[in-house]
Amino acid sequence: QIHFVLLVSRQGKVRLTKWYSPYTQKERSKVIRELSGVILNRGPKLCNFVEWRGYKVVYKRYASLYFCMCIDAEDNELEVLEIIHHYVEILDRYFGSVCELDLIFNFHKAYYILDELLIAGEIQESSKKTVARIISAQDQMVEAAKEEAGSISYIIAQAS
Amino acid sequence: MASSNSLMDSLFQRSLEDLIKGLRLGESTFISRSLEEIRREIKLTDLSTKSVALQKLSYLAALHGVDMAWAAFHAVEVVSSSRFAHKRIGYHAIAQSFSDQTPVMLLITNQLRKDLNSSNEHEVSLALECLARIGTDDLARDLTSEVFTLLGSSKALVRKKAIGVVLRVFDKYPDAVKVCFKRLVENLESSDPQLLSAVVGVFCELTAKDPRSYLPLAPEFYKILVDSRNNWVLIKVLKIFAKLASIEPRLAKKVADPVCEHMRKQNVGKSLLFECIRTVFSSLSDQETALKLAVAKIREFLVDDDPNLKYLGLHALSIVAPKHLWAVLENKEAVVKAMSDEDPNVKLEALHLLMAMVNEDNVTEISRILMNYALKSDPLFCNEIICSVLLPCSRNSYEIIVDFDWYLSLLGEMARVPHCQRGKEIEHQLIDIGTRVKDARLELVRVSRALLIDPALLGNQFLYPILSAAAWASGEYVEFSKSPYEIAEALLQPRTCLLPDSIRAIYIHSAFKVLVFSLGAYFSAQQPTSPPLAQESTSSGHSMVNGFTYNSISSLVNMIELGLCSLSGTIDVEVQERAKNILGFIGMIKHEIAEKATSQNSETEGHRAIAFMEDVFSEELGPVSSTAQEKVPLPEGLELNENLEGLQEICREVLEPMAESDYSSDKVSFSVAKLRIRDQEEASSSLPPPLESSSLLAEHRKRHGLYYLSSQKSEDHNDREGNDNNTSNEYPPANEISVDSFKPKKKISKPRPVVVKLDEGDEPKRKPDASSSNDESLSRAIQTALMGKGKGKEKEKEIVKENHEMNVDTENIEQSSRREKKNKKNGERSSKRSSRRQRGKEASVTKPVEVPDLLL
Repeated sequence: QIHFVLLVSRQGKVRLTKWYSPYTQKERSKVIRELSGVILNRGPKLCNFVEWRGYKVVYKRYASLYFCMCIDAEDNELEVLEIIHHYVEILDRYFGSVCELDLIFNFHKAYYILDELLIAGEIQESSKKTVARIISAQDQMVEAAKEEAGSISYIIAQAS
Repeated sequence: MASSNSLMDSLFQRSLEDLIKGLRLGESTFISRSLEEIRREIKLTDLSTKSVALQKLSYLAALHGVDMAWAAFHAVEVVSSSRFAHKRIGYHAIAQSFSDQTPVMLLITNQLRKDLNSSNEHEVSLALECLARIGTDDLARDLTSEVFTLLGSSKALVRKKAIGVVLRVFDKYPDAVKVCFKRLVENLESSDPQLLSAVVGVFCELTAKDPRSYLPLAPEFYKILVDSRNNWVLIKVLKIFAKLASIEPRLAKKVADPVCEHMRKQNVGKSLLFECIRTVFSSLSDQETALKLAVAKIREFLVDDDPNLKYLGLHALSIVAPKHLWAVLENKEAVVKAMSDEDPNVKLEALHLLMAMVNEDNVTEISRILMNYALKSDPLFCNEIICSVLLPCSRNSYEIIVDFDWYLSLLGEMARVPHCQRGKEIEHQLIDIGTRVKDARLELVRVSRALLIDPALLGNQFLYPILSAAAWASGEYVEFSKSPYEIAEALLQPRTCLLPDSIRAIYIHSAFKVLVFSLGAYFSAQQPTSPPLAQESTSSGHSMVNGFTYNSISSLVNMIELGLCSLSGTIDVEVQERAKNILGFIGMIKHEIAEKATSQNSETEGHRAIAFMEDVFSEELGPVSSTAQEKVPLPEGLELNENLEGLQEICREVLEPMAESDYSSDKVSFSVAKLRIRDQEEASSSLPPPLESSSLLAEHRKRHGLYYLSSQKSEDHNDREGNDNNTSNEYPPANEISVDSFKPKKKISKPRPVVVKLDEGDEPKRKPDASSSNDESLSRAIQTALMGKGKGKEKEKEIVKENHEMNVDTENIEQSSRREKKNKKNGERSSKRSSRRQRGKEASVTKPVEVPDLLL
């Protein structure tokens, strides 16, 4: 079971966090600080698994971002590596050559995509196409809503 | 006015983009300012504004750790909007910030219900996501029916998510099983791989917690294992089988074949391969072919360049190491090579593997290799190495070590390794060996002398414990040393002022022992009537100095006096006291020494004084067993035969909570009854005090139980074989260390210093009450669900009934055993226990007869 997902930039800035187990806000910051320290200090040729507090953390570096997922000791690390890669590919497909900036400005979209991918800490959708389809459907709904909201008549209706 | 305000605000509200941009430019004040804005905006009525504000807030909370619990109510409001965009933002905020303590949790229920029943599948999926994240008991209970409906929904998306949610719901609200389980299992047969992977994932988690209840579903899993081509699914199924096979050995046989099939495939994914290997190692390790195949594949992993694979290969090897050491030995070179890899993880794994390989023959060689590595590596790893060398060597009272001299010199070497920080363990071992292994004391003294003489070591604070051990050993076994003068000098050298006071006190006391010994030797050497004494000492092979001339002894005494004079005024009372003790003693016998030189009178006062002092130090200190307290024999004539059964009832309540709280700690919990039970087997082993003593002791324990040392329980005696010789010489009186308590040249068969090992059959019968009552109810629910499933598989029902019966059986047994504890009789309990175990075994034996039939 995946306990949390963390995206950290090379400089230590947090880009995305998703928690599948209950952690208080203070615990969260503490965890983030600790893990960033450990992972950012690892050299490039080392293996992608870190043992931390009895759990395992699998991380992979894409460009300047580190994607980290924390799993139990019994889980299969290679599988999680594939999950991370899966996620990155979906992001790539969605944003079209995703870069860190995309994630910074559209962080909520990254969240929604992640939600389609993992539920309750388990992977639920292993087909990229499906995820892309779902997200775009959702986007369309949002767009429709926005259009409606943006229309002048609506604003007037609201105001009165 | 209010509406126009909102109009203005919505026109000028900072969107999320602006917030982010602003954050990238400026920092902390910007956050607080925007927080202010957000607080204002979020209270407005306009939902769009609210939602944007909420979005900004969740951004801040996610990435900058800003607390957003205060906005819970607003999140609920946003969620109630009919607009999808708002809903999404709201649910996201909720999933992120709600916890069990959020007060507005109740308000969510209705909203969730509405959304779960909505026709828009995306809304439903949103709600499901949220439920998965924040589900509490109440929510789970209330929304079970909706989840149930959704499990059968036609839309794959919804079904998938519903399945995922089921996991959480089951966890919080086990009764949901009755409702949902059937559908869940139906999904196992679905052909849609996505669905399948979700279901299997759920089962994987459930099985991890409680494998036995899902055993009946094994046939379905087996089908999936054989048919499916999807890697994700296969991995999960393998995990399930790993858990199932460990409790059901016949399953292992069946599963081994498909697993091998998968492993042999050409381009099988590495993750799948690894999972297969792991499954084989952990649960199928009895299957020959599978095991050999897995080991072969592991070899490929180990030689691969990818550090991931190397690490995983080593890790897998360490799983299999305890049972199948040959696998590790085959790959020895790879492991050694991995020690010099740059990745610390890999190195660590390799280290552990090396230590697993250690046995009597190769311990020297391996330690040599490891020490070389230690010298070359960074401090952290160096200490790891040292620690991992110390551990196995000291295991089971040094059972691996044949050559203690070598080991002691190794310990001395370790002290000199620059980064060594394991002072405490080395100290402990030095002293330990000194007290237990008589023959090694010579070497011990030699090593200690080397350590003490070196002034450089005094500067290294990590070494202080080692130095204190060395000092103690030198003092205690000074008769083995070549030159007591040297030792005394080393103990009192000026640089010892760097030592902390407690250790300094040890140094001084050891110097005292040296002094006494030297004086004793001097005086006895002077004795014309005791040349046999001198001869004896030389012939015993100890390198002892008996050539104390007047000059040498007086220089020794002077030197000590000089060294200690300055200390008699120190601040630390311990040091001061000891210094003064010695000085006083010296003062007393100083002129005796001078007299000695001139006269030949053997019975001077001084001589007598020395003799007294020698006696003081002549008691040999031995290791103390932690069960010594219990074994103290009671004086004769004490009538202790009363039956304290009546007190049993009264004291049960007192002891029970104590026992349960102690369970988690290392101390073994006990109750009065247990102490009093000695049965036949125990009586046959050599031992200890009669029943009467134990009752009195038991009574005392009742009152002051928590303060007693952990005890060796009677059950330990029952279950451990061949420990008779160990338990016999628990605490021999000091001056009577019998010859047979030491094995020649090897280690002593002596008391196990650490008690341990709770008897398996003992505590678990309390477990069902104490812990995981939730899991119990879940598994029971699952079983009833399986029983009442009516899937048309008669046999399955039978199995489940068996399962159920067995469960009920064990419950009955537990109850009866609990009842038994109330009326204790002497041997009855253990015999009942053994019969219960038999019954338990029987039950589990009859069960598997059914299973293989299904797997046809």
